[in-house]
Amino acid sequence: MHIRPEARKTVLEIVDRYKDEPSPLMLILSDCQKEFGYIPLEVQEVISEATGVPTAEIYGVVTFYNFFTLEPKGKYVIGVCTGTACYVKGSQNVSDKIGELLKIKPGETTKDGLFSLDNVRCLGACGIAPAVSINGKVYPKVQLSQVDKILDEYRKKEEA
Amino acid sequence: MANKVTIYIENQPYQVDAGLTILEAAKSCGYHIPSLCNWRDHECSLASCRVCLVKVEGARGLVPSCAYEVADGMKISIADQKATDARRTSVELLLSNHSFNCQSCKKNGKCELLNVARDVGARPDKYMGEKTETTLDFLTPAIVRDTSKCILCGRCIEACKKAQGIGILGFENRGFSTIVAPTQNRSFSKVPCIQCGQCTLVCPTGALMEHNNIDELDAAFRAGKHVVCFAAPAVRSAIAEEFGCKIGTNGTKRLAAALRRVGFEKVFDMNFSADLTIMEEAHEFIERFSKGGKMPMITSCSPGWINFIELYFPELLPHVSTCKSPQQMFGAILKSYYAEKMGWDKKDIYVVSFIPCTAKKYEVQREQFVDKDGIRDVDLALTTRELGDLVRRAGIIWNRLPEEEFDHDIVGENTGAGVIFGVTGGVMEAAVRTAYNMLTGEEMEPIDLLPVRGFEAVREATLDIKGTKVRIAVTSGMINARKLLEQIKDGTSQYDFIEVMGCPGGCINGGGQPYVFPSMLPNEDPDIWYTYRAKRAAVLYEEDKNKPLRRSHLNPDIKKLYEDYLGEPGSELAEELLHTSYNAKREQYPDVD
Repeated sequence: MHIRPEARKTVLEIVDRYKDEPSPLMLILSDCQKEFGYIPLEVQEVISEATGVPTAEIYGVVTFYNFFTLEPKGKYVIGVCTGTACYVKGSQNVSDKIGELLKIKPGETTKDGLFSLDNVRCLGACGIAPAVSINGKVYPKVQLSQVDKILDEYRKKEEA
Repeated sequence: MANKVTIYIENQPYQVDAGLTILEAAKSCGYHIPSLCNWRDHECSLASCRVCLVKVEGARGLVPSCAYEVADGMKISIADQKATDARRTSVELLLSNHSFNCQSCKKNGKCELLNVARDVGARPDKYMGEKTETTLDFLTPAIVRDTSKCILCGRCIEACKKAQGIGILGFENRGFSTIVAPTQNRSFSKVPCIQCGQCTLVCPTGALMEHNNIDELDAAFRAGKHVVCFAAPAVRSAIAEEFGCKIGTNGTKRLAAALRRVGFEKVFDMNFSADLTIMEEAHEFIERFSKGGKMPMITSCSPGWINFIELYFPELLPHVSTCKSPQQMFGAILKSYYAEKMGWDKKDIYVVSFIPCTAKKYEVQREQFVDKDGIRDVDLALTTRELGDLVRRAGIIWNRLPEEEFDHDIVGENTGAGVIFGVTGGVMEAAVRTAYNMLTGEEMEPIDLLPVRGFEAVREATLDIKGTKVRIAVTSGMINARKLLEQIKDGTSQYDFIEVMGCPGGCINGGGQPYVFPSMLPNEDPDIWYTYRAKRAAVLYEEDKNKPLRRSHLNPDIKKLYEDYLGEPGSELAEELLHTSYNAKREQYPDVD
């Protein structure tokens, strides 16, 4: 196990926070996700050790819920809405295009750690379908031709 | 006496115990509802396969009978058309994501999925389409995992977590991508799996099976080596089941006959080396006990147990006896003492052990059991199930085999003390018989040590050996062993000598033993799931009782081995050949990438 002692301490503190809960696993994982931005195996091992829940079971929960991730997310998290309205308006093509440009699949992060791509369910913005959100900022009626420009916006921000 | 309730199945009234599930209650009324994920009756918490659906009047939709308790006046229909169709559809959907190489599958003939598919009348090609990506893990010597055959019932998860208290397996991912796997879908060799094989005993399909090594045996025969074998005590208690005999049939004499006909040059009884283990282990215990060594001392025969303590409690390894297991001792003696007597070169001997255990396959490969010339103590370990395959393949009809004896030259004699190694408590009982003699020069009477027999989680006793009090404990299954280890860690352990076996019930219930799927054993009692271990144990206790010699130190071949070769228990040569060391530095999750 190769976990920094401070990180280990943090995990144990989080576990301790929920020691009186009848089933604390989700709460612990949720706090760990917020704390570290992801839940690597090393963290799962510490949780397992402290709670007695087998690592395989924790791993199962982490891989079941979209909210938990095993890898750190990118600096900019792109969410392409694949709800019914956006899908009908061609959001799948938008997602494919972004994936092609960034060379990643939905759920993955670029090697430089700048972008993550997620296909998300309805953003509640069906009127502006297809919608894409990047770190909370929503882009309406995204055309394939716009995609590269939108990404450039963030690339330039980094260079500046 | 449990409260009774009245239920109706197909409008017939039945009195059943309150608190049962519909599945259990129906069984007590003489019905069999097909099911796949349920394997521990009431303790089973899964209800994942959706095969056991029945109609209950007044309930919304069909109900899974394994998870639904009976109530007074409940009207149940198993034959209801909707329920019948739903059960068939459930199985057809499971089949739609299943690889159909049944002909070459080692589970062929013992597959519960096929059995249930036939019962419900499933049409295998009803639903065809994409299949979940397959993982095939054959990296460990003990267990093979093939997800293409997995139906996600979760029995293995329950067996590992609830029976062994370990929890190596879990559900991973979601929806169509769901698999049952160790963390990160790693190989069993890259997670803290003890390779006991209890998961293989409950898998209804061929998704989890022993690592089959029959090809290696064939290669050894072709190479023209002296291929010799020995069979462990627990194998005789169950091998006859492979050929349709009732559970609890003694197979010792036909086993010897079968092995000879399969082609082994010599067929020995592992009881011999069990006796040898007792000589060394009893000696070691007395040394530690009288000279203030690390106490309590814990037995070391079970390789699953050794994996467990190495992976989970490495700091307690000094408590474990340094004795090799009987399997490894026999290999070491065959390739030294026996080879000399026979005038064979040890390089030309190929030693095969037949064992009820998957972890023994791992054990034979351990680096501690390879000598300075690169020669292993034991070359190959085959399970009781593989032995069944081997015998069938050789065209041998078990029930028409003559009754023969194991070979009786040089390392053949054995005692009842060795036989009971195969059941939890047996090693302790055998060790006490001999330790008593070593301490007092007299024989212990009565010979049977009843407090350590049975299947309770922990059995304990205080022995009075001519005024010396020795406190002993016996346990099996890692969920129980963990408790005793925690006591040692806290310094609250009350014992001097502890026997631990990796599998619940000991070797008779080892991970390489024949499957016990009650639904596929129509000639057994309905409660066979709860009694099969005791029935197999009875075979061994009976054999012990009928042996002329029942104490390891009286075995004439053992005496001769010490006179001619080893000197005395614990001698330098005995240390070299019969003792070992352990690895306290095994990583639980070695980095794969």
